[in-house]
Amino acid sequence: MSLTETSIKTSETPLGRDDLARLVARDIAPGSFVNLGIGQPTLVSNYLTEEQNITLHTENGMLGMGPEATGGEIDEDLINAGKIPVTELPGASYFHHADSFAIMRGGHLDICVLGAFQVSATGDLANWHTGAPGAIPAVGGAMDLATGAKDVFVMMTLLTRDGASKIVEACTYPVTGVGCVTRVYTDKGVFLTGPEGVTVRETFGCTLEQLQELLPVPLKAAAA
Amino acid sequence: MLTFVDSVQEAVAGIKDGSTVMIGGFGNAGQPFELIDALLECGATDLTVVNNNAGQGDQGLALLIKEGRVRKMICSFPRQSDSWHFDAKYKAGEIELELVPQGNLAERIRAAGAGIGGFFTPTGYGTMLAEGKETRIIDGRGQVFETPIHADVALIKALKADGKGNLVYRKTARNFGPIMAAAAKHTIVQVSEIVPTGGLDPENVVTPGIYVNTVVRVARSGSAAEKVA
Repeated sequence: MSLTETSIKTSETPLGRDDLARLVARDIAPGSFVNLGIGQPTLVSNYLTEEQNITLHTENGMLGMGPEATGGEIDEDLINAGKIPVTELPGASYFHHADSFAIMRGGHLDICVLGAFQVSATGDLANWHTGAPGAIPAVGGAMDLATGAKDVFVMMTLLTRDGASKIVEACTYPVTGVGCVTRVYTDKGVFLTGPEGVTVRETFGCTLEQLQELLPVPLKAAAA
Repeated sequence: MLTFVDSVQEAVAGIKDGSTVMIGGFGNAGQPFELIDALLECGATDLTVVNNNAGQGDQGLALLIKEGRVRKMICSFPRQSDSWHFDAKYKAGEIELELVPQGNLAERIRAAGAGIGGFFTPTGYGTMLAEGKETRIIDGRGQVFETPIHADVALIKALKADGKGNLVYRKTARNFGPIMAAAAKHTIVQVSEIVPTGGLDPENVVTPGIYVNTVVRVARSGSAAEKVA
């Protein structure tokens, strides 16, 4: 497909973090079981509606996680994967760590939303280790989430502070998972990744041609 | 054999130098702080410790590491803003690290308790954490062979034990408790309450007493204390 503006949605300005979180929340199908990674992905929970009936999983051992706990709700036995005190919703369940990761690894989660350093055109994810000399490696559940969930959404800024694209031909940081990312939500656009390469679904504050100048990989426009 | 002891010191007294020790907990939830303090006090050293993290702040596992009692850490996430004792030992080359994806850590512990000799999993395939490991394509997906993690001792925290050593936990404090209890040769549990045999609904028992060797009661403090009362 040629580079054409006609088949993709656009907005006039880049999206802020909250707008991006709202967009991801809107794209989650009703009834889904979802794991939101630590950091920016956590914002998505602020925009999930009751009608969507989404069940949130936290990998330390719970389905049906509610909002962050405040005041008298705080209970040191009830925390999320980021070790933040949270609440439980009616219908919640608790389970041990191996069961919790079996939920992930067994392909039972519909969507996980993660942050990333880089995503390759074919959906390789790098988000666990900079590989810098002396850096202490820490992986947590990132590799399990990346390979286990049916859909892996990434939320990130499109460019590094130095202006380099984080969507790359091949990851230069150590990878977390191979070919696992299906969708990338950024401040400048929404991208679909997979064996066929990168498809642009939406652009924010730029044209497809401008995006193509920023990215080192060929872009296709999404079918109308 | 199941024994009930009166102090955490007595509970950990048999832990030998060179042991592999699993320690339950994720964050502060389910962390058996009093048992870890007793382990520090008893002087056992040259330990291999299995935990999700590598200690936080100036308490528990972080102090064991600071005092040089830990030869090797097996964990998934040793890097935290307040894990300075592990950082210092690691950078000085004084502690060995086996970094394991969290789901592999849990499943390797579970496999040990279940008598499984190893398993293939897609987690980690194509990454540097799979380097040197056997791989296979199974059902069209690259998978990595992972082996069980056994331990001499597990230190865990539960809410209640009955006279048979059956355990129930509380909320996300359950985390590694049930699988570590099964994976270790000797499982030591600190509980908030010991109830008479028959005092737990058998339908609700999470860890059957067969996995438990030593039980000690430790009074609760903190934000969960009033909620369990």
